[in-house]
Amino acid sequence: MIASSVLAVVENPPPYLSVGGFSISVPNAIVIGVMLALFVLAIVVPFPKDKEES
Amino acid sequence: MTTTLPEATPAADDSKMWTARLRRSWERNLPPDKLLPDKQPAYVASWIYVFGVATLAALIVIVVSGLMLTAKGPSWYHDSSLGHFVNSLHFWSVQLFFIFMVVHLWGKFWMAAWRGRRAMTWITGVICFLASVGTAFTGYLIQTNFDSQWIASEAKDGLNSVGIGAFFNTENLGQALLLHVCLLPLVVGIVVVIHVLLVRKHGVVPPLDYAASSVAQSDQAEVSS
Repeated sequence: MIASSVLAVVENPPPYLSVGGFSISVPNAIVIGVMLALFVLAIVVPFPKDKEES
Repeated sequence: MTTTLPEATPAADDSKMWTARLRRSWERNLPPDKLLPDKQPAYVASWIYVFGVATLAALIVIVVSGLMLTAKGPSWYHDSSLGHFVNSLHFWSVQLFFIFMVVHLWGKFWMAAWRGRRAMTWITGVICFLASVGTAFTGYLIQTNFDSQWIASEAKDGLNSVGIGAFFNTENLGQALLLHVCLLPLVVGIVVVIHVLLVRKHGVVPPLDYAASSVAQSDQAEVSS
């Protein structure tokens, strides 16, 4: 059973990005990219003003 | 003839009982206005301060969907459409939990959130992160599908190589299941509660430049949260 599961993964590996000795799967790269984008947006996007304040 | 009952004299709150000491400590550190505030400092009006509570919201969805999965069992969440939905809800809320927690971690790291006697708040956050990684990992192990078998086989080699394979066997489904649904959620839950109480006790950490800014001179500028 374990051998068949290993085959299932090995036969359908996710696409990988490789730069030199560094490699990362595309799904993992997307998640890290989303987190970085959220971090930058959280800093630069203005927070909505409170109605009482305006 | 009228009689009067002797008035009860209020006892001075200097009892040495542990219950009295605990009560006084709680009232001193977490009075109701600190525990459930309705206002926050002006600097909290930033999206970077949202990710802590977003992480908590994701955790609530994880716990509720996890309780449903625990109650109904594998045959339900593998074979019924509603079970598939709840299983997916549990999985994707974990993905959001980690995304929100990492952004929260980055935000707090770059504003040095351990300032102002907040070291324990930072440390409990680190413990929570590590316990969450363990909880998520054991969750992957108990999917009871090919994916979980692949992860267990690979992780077994990894844990053996660092010498802890004898204490935690990733291919022991019963051990992974009980860790995932009992012990580790208990650790995460307790540490999260302590973390949030510490945030309430010490307040939300101000930005690095806040103390030096002119806004800090007026100090009390507040907005409704």
